[in-house]
Amino acid sequence: MTRSLTLTINGTKHDIELEDARPTLLDVLRERVGLTGTKKGCDRGQCGACTVLVDGRRINSCLALAMSHDGAEITTIEGVADGETLHPVQAAFIENDGFQCGYCTPGQIMSAIGLFSENGTANDPEQLREGMSGNICRCAAYAGITEALLDAQTRLSGKE
Amino acid sequence: MNLFDYKRPSSIADAVAAGAEPGAAYLAGGTNLLDLMKVGARKPDVLVDISRLPGLGEIETLQDGSVRIGALVRNSDLARDAGFAKAYPAVAEALLSGASAQLRNAATVGGNLMQQTRCLYFYDQQSRCNRRQPGAGCDAIGGETGKHAVLGWTKQCIATHPSDFCVALAALDASVELQGPDGARSVSLEEFYTLPTEDTPGGADVRPGELVTALTLPADAAHFAGHARYIKLRDRTSYAFAIVSAAAMADISDGVVQDIRIAMGGVAARPWRARAAEAALKSKAPTPELISAAAEAALADASPSGDNAYKIELAKRLVHRAIEQALAGTPQTIPALPGSVFAAQAAGR
Ligand SMILES: Cc1cc2nc3c(=O)[nH]c(=O)nc-3n(C[C@H](O)[C@H](O)[C@H](O)COP(=O)(O)OP(=O)(O)OC[C@H]3O[C@@H](n4cnc5c(N)ncnc54)[C@H](O)[C@@H]3O)c2cc1C
Ligand code: SF4
Ligand code: FES
Ligand code: FES
Repeated sequence: MTRSLTLTINGTKHDIELEDARPTLLDVLRERVGLTGTKKGCDRGQCGACTVLVDGRRINSCLALAMSHDGAEITTIEGVADGETLHPVQAAFIENDGFQCGYCTPGQIMSAIGLFSENGTANDPEQLREGMSGNICRCAAYAGITEALLDAQTRLSGKE
Repeated sequence: MNLFDYKRPSSIADAVAAGAEPGAAYLAGGTNLLDLMKVGARKPDVLVDISRLPGLGEIETLQDGSVRIGALVRNSDLARDAGFAKAYPAVAEALLSGASAQLRNAATVGGNLMQQTRCLYFYDQQSRCNRRQPGAGCDAIGGETGKHAVLGWTKQCIATHPSDFCVALAALDASVELQGPDGARSVSLEEFYTLPTEDTPGGADVRPGELVTALTLPADAAHFAGHARYIKLRDRTSYAFAIVSAAAMADISDGVVQDIRIAMGGVAARPWRARAAEAALKSKAPTPELISAAAEAALADASPSGDNAYKIELAKRLVHRAIEQALAGTPQTIPALPGSVFAAQAAGR
């Protein structure tokens, strides 16, 4: 049975038709809307590559049924920069070598943005690492990722 | 994933009616159900989406001092509720030690309670599994059993219940409220998980169509706030299920343990209350010898179900450590690594 749903993705409303109710939010973003910045790593909730914000909260889009989020506001990696100006977290990842191959990076950045909105800021690297433990980096760029988060916090507080 | 119909009822009564149809499954956060559907371990004909049902998202303190947590409260929201975390710190620590921040944001407390075992053979469609198909047999026995049960198992099933949250809840005598086609009922969380018998595999005791509507903590659960810990051992420091875990909570005055609660995770098909261990310390001034005796008592009935004898010693040591840490007092703030044995002991104190 065909299904329809509406998602507001990065501020733009999308009316989406599905053949049936099976697609996950991840598959809808990538295959229907063409936003391939959100990555599929494991498709099982085990890696964090698919992290997006749903109504401001970070979740794994691979374990979210799209139909269940009908009407939601989704933010993906494509929606965080301000025109040509990178989001402070994006800029901090580049500055601090927060990646190698880059496959996990969109998920890392979305997760970091989610973390900052949950906790405010934490200058304890241990707390940051724990807050980011839902994002696996197969290249093990963790040292750079933690540096990037520390730097991003400074950038974000400077902006306020 | 099999084809399924999708329904989003707008009232609890409609949800229960839809959920009582054969082949129906409730969908909350989806973090366990979709995972199981992707590998074919669950093949529901209808998903009944309960995620927007009204009235199931509150944390309320009732007149008698008990606390009622609606089934749709998100794991992260409960753990981060300042009042709740202060009154029930070990529950918050258990929640925050589970899964990842993303999963906790999506996962509901009802879903956490109802999550299935992580037994690999339950997931693997090529394997025989009594839980998936009653009477089929159990391919875990004689297979990879390093993570399986050491208490309360039978040849029908040696799986464990994977939740961290439920271990802390069992210690506090939590109960589960259910609404079914035949009305409402309430059952102790511990009893809610039936153990395997000689001819049944055990599992959560939900009848067809029953919806978990809430969890309640009795008024006396708040007596343990000053001395409460949850610790868990994992293959890695974070984002992994417990190999074994332990909750310890004490109510102490004048140096005497007035009441104490001890429960273990990762050891059985239910969060396991260690009542003999509690008895070893209750009404006594704790000493290292008494704590050791309590830890021994906690595992007195344990036996390996395969290659997991190591878990018995591990659980003993973890119970020992959890009691020591609980007696030392609840940390001021939840440690940077919640539930971790590697968190600096004095973290935040
Ligand atoms: C990679 C990974 C790591 C994890 N690590 C941990 C961990 O370390 N510790 C831990 O405790 N958990 C862990 N989890 C499990 C996680 O806690 C559960 O997936 C989650 O709590 C399930 O909640 P949900 O709302 O998403 O449930 P769903 O997936 O929506 O539902 C789960 C089951 O419960 C049923 N159900 C849901 N709500 C109700 C209700 N109100 N009434 C009746 N039935 C209901 C569903 O039909 C389904 O069978 C992990 C999960 C993943 C994917
Ligand atoms: S241990 Fe239990 S869940 Fe695992 S295969 Fe055996 S019967 Fe199934
Ligand atoms: S793709 Fe979703 S967690 Fe790995
Ligand atoms: S940069 Fe390659 S996986 Fe993280």
